Amino acid sequence: MQALYAQLLVGLINGSFYALLSLGLAVIFGMLNIINFAHGALYMMGAFCAYFLLNLGGIGYWWALLLAPIIVGIFGMVLERTMLQWLAGLDHLYGLLLTFGLALIIQGVFQNFFGSSGLPYAIPDQLRGGMNLGFMYLPVYRGWVVIFSLVVCLATWFLIERTRLGAYLRAATENPTLVRAFGINVPRMITLTYGLGVGLAALAGVLSAPINQVRPLMGENMIIVVFAVVVIGGMGSIMGSIITGFALGVIEGLTKYFYPEASNTVVFVLMVLVLLVKPTGLTGRAA
Amino acid sequence: MPEVMTATTPGQAAATSTILEVKNLESWYGESHILHGMNFNVNAGEVVTLLGRNGAGKTTTLKSIMGIIGKRTGSVQFNGQQLIRMTSDKIARLGIALCPEERGIFASLDVRENLLLPPVVRPGGLTLDQIFELFPNLKERLKSQGTKLSGGEQQMLAIARILRTGASFLMLDEPTEGLAPVIIQQIGHTIARLKKEGFTILLVEQNFRFASTVADRYYVVEHGKIIDGFANADLSANMDKLHTYLGV
Repeated sequence: MQALYAQLLVGLINGSFYALLSLGLAVIFGMLNIINFAHGALYMMGAFCAYFLLNLGGIGYWWALLLAPIIVGIFGMVLERTMLQWLAGLDHLYGLLLTFGLALIIQGVFQNFFGSSGLPYAIPDQLRGGMNLGFMYLPVYRGWVVIFSLVVCLATWFLIERTRLGAYLRAATENPTLVRAFGINVPRMITLTYGLGVGLAALAGVLSAPINQVRPLMGENMIIVVFAVVVIGGMGSIMGSIITGFALGVIEGLTKYFYPEASNTVVFVLMVLVLLVKPTGLTGRAA
Repeated sequence: MPEVMTATTPGQAAATSTILEVKNLESWYGESHILHGMNFNVNAGEVVTLLGRNGAGKTTTLKSIMGIIGKRTGSVQFNGQQLIRMTSDKIARLGIALCPEERGIFASLDVRENLLLPPVVRPGGLTLDQIFELFPNLKERLKSQGTKLSGGEQQMLAIARILRTGASFLMLDEPTEGLAPVIIQQIGHTIARLKKEGFTILLVEQNFRFASTVADRYYVVEHGKIIDGFANADLSANMDKLHTYLGV
């Protein structure tokens, strides 16, 4: 049983990253109509940003949780202003190719300077150690990652589905021309939305740094699974991407326990099944 | 200048000032050239109706004024400001609001969110209470999804949401299209009431019987140009011509 709980926890942790990343992808896709292939590279930049803050600036984990998403988010907004904005209205393929190219360049630059091996990033003092829950041993940091991710995901959901700013965002996703004709600066909103999605990816990167180390290619494997998550959950829904992210992490964890050979493929098998039955994804709205 | 520029009755022209002046306006959707030099004006406090067949360019005229069309040239002056190079969000902030033909109710927003979506651009808009007095149905349906409303309610919502922004120049694109007579009547009352409150309204209508209950003046649009114009008082004298223009 101990091993089952341990795999469930690993699943929840991976699920946290899937949820944060697919949430950002869904927000970006909704507003910019771009499949952001650079998402994995930006997740990696979040982790590196935390690493630099600590090793060059002596700025620790807690500030990095705030600063790395802002810094990488600003980098993302520069990408949007200088490149992505020109793809508005074109076929998805252009955005996909551009962001894929950006991902290769970003990862290549980091690999050039830091190789492929991992750089260590220590767990902050306050989150070291573990707790005995009776049925299992819970490392504090891992529990923190799950809870904090859940809070951030729900806060993002609240922002988009329940606030006035979110209403602008939802409306502009449906009909940007009309929203702009009401006097709202939609291009600026699009830039900020991209920044928000990128910031969420960078936040996931900071959270993962103490668990998975900081590696130039850390986003590459992650992004493939996250795209499967997005396909399964459906691009249109915020809550859908959060729930699917966590659920698939858990399913992956359970598969590791019951049938480890399939643990790397289970997500893709599910993706195929969902595509066969409901091509818009579990919570997706028909286009 | 074409004769239509002087289509206002003399008394009106003297008492009111031009708020919108469109000169030689041309517009394109991609490759297709839709407007071929529109010339007309709207005075403060007037209800002016654009009449014309389907595809004549009436909707395109409203979109060109609002700045939501691919390419446009010529001159659109609003209160003396040139709009032709402005983006639509800037134009909206000057106090121009559009109620589009397809109504543009957002499916992912409930009725309250739809109603509160357009930001207040200047003081002087209607309060929510005044809006609910005009459209009592909306108050009952605030929690409903925007697109779950009936066609008539959606039209009311589409008009209601541009009344609280403080915009004083309203462009209504076929607000009666496809609606039941009793609702058309309610929209007619609303337009009359708005006129009394000092709003200026540029209306696009196919239904000139409805238009005749609210309009001060008419322009007839054909092939992307204004081909005629007359005051409401001269409507019956122009009936034969109008039937020819509209092919009814």
